[in-house]
Amino acid sequence: MDLNILVGGAAGQGMETVMNILGKSLVREGFGIIYTKDYMSRVRGGHNFSRLRIASGTPWSTVEKIDILVALNEETYYLHRDHLPPSARVIYDPQEFSLPESEQRGIPVELKKIAEESGGRVMANTVAVGALLVLMGLGTATVEGLLQEMFATKEGVAEKNVSALKSGYNAAASFCNACFTMPPKSNDSGRKLFIDGNQVLGMSALASGCRFLSAYPMTPSTGIMNYLAGKSTDYPVVVEQAEDEIAAINMALGASYTGIRALTCTSGGGFALMVEGLSLAGMTETPLVVIVAMRPGPATGLPTRTEQGDLEFVIHGGHGEFPRAVLSATSQEDAFYRLNKAFDLADRHQTPVIFLSDQSFADTHRSIEPFDFSRLRYDRALAEEGKFEKPYKRYRVTDSGISPRIIPGEHTGEVVLIDSDEHDEKGNITESDRVRRMMAEKRMRKLEGLAGEMDEPDLYGDSHPEVLLIGWGSTYGVMREAVDALSNSGTKTAMLHFSDLYPLPTQRLQDLLKEVGKSYCVENNATGQLARLIRRETGLQTSGLILKYDGRPFLPREIVEEVENDF
Amino acid sequence: MIFKAEDYMVGETAWCPGCGNFAIREALAEALGELRLPSHEVVIFSGIGQAAKIPHYLKVNGFNGLHGRALPPAVGSRAANKDLQVIVESGDGDSYGEGGNHFIHNIRRNPDIAHFVHDNQVYGLTKGQASPTSEPGMKTGVQVSGVSMPALNPLSLALTMGAGFVARCFSVEKEHLKETMKQAINFPGYALIDILQPCVSFNKVNTFGWYKKRIYFPEIEDSQDWIQAMEYSLQWGDKIPLGIFYNNPRLTFESSQKALAGEPLCRRPFDPQEVAALQDEFY
Repeated sequence: MDLNILVGGAAGQGMETVMNILGKSLVREGFGIIYTKDYMSRVRGGHNFSRLRIASGTPWSTVEKIDILVALNEETYYLHRDHLPPSARVIYDPQEFSLPESEQRGIPVELKKIAEESGGRVMANTVAVGALLVLMGLGTATVEGLLQEMFATKEGVAEKNVSALKSGYNAAASFCNACFTMPPKSNDSGRKLFIDGNQVLGMSALASGCRFLSAYPMTPSTGIMNYLAGKSTDYPVVVEQAEDEIAAINMALGASYTGIRALTCTSGGGFALMVEGLSLAGMTETPLVVIVAMRPGPATGLPTRTEQGDLEFVIHGGHGEFPRAVLSATSQEDAFYRLNKAFDLADRHQTPVIFLSDQSFADTHRSIEPFDFSRLRYDRALAEEGKFEKPYKRYRVTDSGISPRIIPGEHTGEVVLIDSDEHDEKGNITESDRVRRMMAEKRMRKLEGLAGEMDEPDLYGDSHPEVLLIGWGSTYGVMREAVDALSNSGTKTAMLHFSDLYPLPTQRLQDLLKEVGKSYCVENNATGQLARLIRRETGLQTSGLILKYDGRPFLPREIVEEVENDF
Repeated sequence: MIFKAEDYMVGETAWCPGCGNFAIREALAEALGELRLPSHEVVIFSGIGQAAKIPHYLKVNGFNGLHGRALPPAVGSRAANKDLQVIVESGDGDSYGEGGNHFIHNIRRNPDIAHFVHDNQVYGLTKGQASPTSEPGMKTGVQVSGVSMPALNPLSLALTMGAGFVARCFSVEKEHLKETMKQAINFPGYALIDILQPCVSFNKVNTFGWYKKRIYFPEIEDSQDWIQAMEYSLQWGDKIPLGIFYNNPRLTFESSQKALAGEPLCRRPFDPQEVAALQDEFY
């Protein structure tokens, strides 16, 4: 069983802060939740909404059904009323608009008036949270505690919010006290995190020893920059807003060359500007992690929406041939360790690693188990004094293709020369055909090493499936729900989900695809880019594609229907 | 350690005989020696072009990056290890054309970098096209009717963007160049020297003789007088002044970064378990 809340209104109505407080308090009370945002590329007006789904165990995706609708404006009601079952309730402000007479599910709460009485209009959302709590049969204590923590440094703000919260609670209590049954709380009493994708990535970067982020703000990656900038006064990390993405990637390369773990983050359009720098990272064998948070293109596309349209772009972006790895964000749980792996691979293989995220992952909060920081690796893979030949040669040819690496300034008398031109072992420009061949082969040998480090895709569901769903990245959760739904209705289903994408690990795929009757690549793009990659790397083809490219994430129902319609 | 100029000079150059780059390289080697800077504590960032080959000809750390992109990696390196002496060296096309955006914004950012621009007012490596500093009217294989745009004035631009150290030198006046380089390297913040140099192969307008007739060394008593500096920066034609027009430090990139106080970032040890408390705010 589950409970689904949708809060909608215009941009600038301050929904986000209040949904964070509500979400966090539910997690503290022991509920499993997921919270997603659907927002427009504007600062004021339009229609933005957030969905919060509460279920036993942490839900993997949100659904269309709405049990409680908080309509901060009239438009919200009309846009979403088709998804309200008879048992639903609609919280609205009767001073703002009226519901149609036929609508029996309304809970009128004078959000703005109560907020003003408590000390300011800005607290209208806090009043709405009070109303939500009484509908769910929950007390206000946990939220009160959070408000106190949140506004600890702002004199009187917490008290005013608590007053607004209680007034909202009382105003709705006469209409509907505990008229919803909450899903059961989690059995274990341990603390859970309530965190979104960008926060996971920012925290993972910092916990991976990343000391430098240079980036140009671009939705949906900006949250990573915000997170790290927020930490830069307390932790040893420099966050620099670059003048453009070209500067961003080149700055990060300079930081990496000089000895610290460096990161840049962007979306597809910014990555397009970075690809010459990516090629430089490949040529100079400089470790670098680039997070590409995808949104729909081409060009500016849909800036605040989601898509998985840049897989082929990040595998091929950059002129010339050089080794790289591409990893992706699946769930919050996995992404924390996966980005650490990206830093680790970049250092040990001295080459760029691209980490693919997308808007859906970036902006989705879930309640999850705390992370285990002892699982994170921090191995800079630098050559110690006495472990490299003198005079030092940055590009000494080795069997693995990986040369002993030192950083400038740390070894008296030794200098480190790197070059974007083809170069010899010392790093000096060369046009020798022999050296060129040797260096090209040296670089590409590293791709073999990287291939050995790729994790096979995650297998979930029936061990002898009739139907196999194949996906990658942020669709993990929604595909799990689809697998469960199909299995429950009698179709033996499994899913194979890729986190590490390039070089593509193929063993498990080859074993399974031979056995299974029907297989589908499920992708948030218009052409099936993973399906093409699979065909290229294995010669194998799935029997179908399930694609969505309207800028919105999949709903479990959509995947289930596509599979069922094919039978 | 011996700090002789010849100790810094390595490699076989690929420049044309008579190129101004030779004197600039020698002046820099002498400046490094006189400042007693050990090879491994200096790093030169360059882009692409004839001037940008200099990391191959000096025994210091070198990052020979992309065309127009010498400044950004130099900024990154300042964050990683503020104990290194960072020099950016590239041509006028690289610094003012392809890299124009980085030039503007790094003056504002003010990292502790000495930027030496080999300004021969023409593209050398691609064989003779106009550069951003080419004189209007100069004819080339591409600008067949002559350059139609006014020349970019790097010194005036730098001054208006808030540069703290702005100087003009001439490659042939090597002693003056060396002394100015020393001051630029020691200057706390972004320091620009626009180094005029003849291009014997492609620039038939601004030749050695053309410069020799025009250059002079004004007595600059107050190098913190911004208006006067602007006036010198704008002088071009019959008389071309050389010298440090402006020398006035301000808040640097490094001093505005809290993380950069103390030991250089690249030397600080780290263990992920030390920062496990990061997740507490998400409970």
